[in-house]
Amino acid sequence: MRTDLRLPVLVLAVLLVAGCASERIVLLPSADGRPGAVVVRGAGGEIRLDRPYAATARRGGANETYQASTEHVQERFGAALAAQPLRPKSYVLYFEVGSNQLTAESQAEFAKLRAEVGERAAAEVMVIGHTDTVGNSQGNDALSLKRAESVRDLLAEAGVAGEKMEVVGRGERELLVPTADEVDEPANRRVEINLR
Amino acid sequence: MIKTHRLAACMLLVLGIFGTAQAAESAGMIKTSKGTVTLERDGQKLIAVVGTPVLVADKLRTGSDGAVGVTLRDSTLLSAGPNSLITIDKFAFDSTTTDGRMSVGIRKGTLSVASGKIAKKTPESVDFHTPTSVLGVRGTEFVIEVGDGRED
Repeated sequence: MRTDLRLPVLVLAVLLVAGCASERIVLLPSADGRPGAVVVRGAGGEIRLDRPYAATARRGGANETYQASTEHVQERFGAALAAQPLRPKSYVLYFEVGSNQLTAESQAEFAKLRAEVGERAAAEVMVIGHTDTVGNSQGNDALSLKRAESVRDLLAEAGVAGEKMEVVGRGERELLVPTADEVDEPANRRVEINLR
Repeated sequence: MIKTHRLAACMLLVLGIFGTAQAAESAGMIKTSKGTVTLERDGQKLIAVVGTPVLVADKLRTGSDGAVGVTLRDSTLLSAGPNSLITIDKFAFDSTTTDGRMSVGIRKGTLSVASGKIAKKTPESVDFHTPTSVLGVRGTEFVIEVGDGRED
């Protein structure tokens, strides 16, 4: 267990720098509105931030917990926040039964996706294929991958570089609408595209 | 159980800090870049332009006029303001299962984080660390500053 020796060294290193370093952490409201929390563990113990704009600051070994204002966050972190990449976005495309042919509605959705891929700087795409429960699971693994690949090929034709796309086939493992086996469910015949 | 996880997390952190050899796996990509931004990899300095891949063990450094944004493969958003040093110590993500783990350090400057799929699925396998603290994340967004923001 060579790591046994390393842990005390790390603790010592942390204690040495703790005296002179300063740091500040502010919890922000999450974009999806879900409650979140950050637990900060340091030489002074554990501090839990679980309300938007709850903040903790340490200077010279002393901790202060306070409620930050949006102006304070902007002043301190404005440059970092302004550099934040665009939020990842998900698209879902649907297929005709037993095929890798997009439905008419999804062809329109694909056009939107293609436009957005073009607008984003250094866009990367994760394509995840799914099936309904008609047919056996092996066949559905193959079909889901085929669907994902057909979307990838369409994106490639639209000028998206191959190395920026990843293709995954999940078969009938992740039904959007839970059904029994052998149920023709259009909502499950889909490809999710995660654009980031 | 939680204590075991924490101990495991500490061990991983120690291994990361003391530079255990690891494969240069892809962690993400530079999505925004302003002013002076460099990536340090295997002792070499690369200019971090938009589209540059970010690998495990890379260090991201911004100058006094610099700012940079990175999207990791699990959709975590990281962005740093001027005079910052960010380290991608650990990153692994299986896009089929969405299992993974990550450890990101900020040595100085400012960092904003919007956590991604790994933090959503297994928050215990995600940590952010400063020279003096380790942050555990419960699916959320936050900012960290190390130093007073005026140093070089």
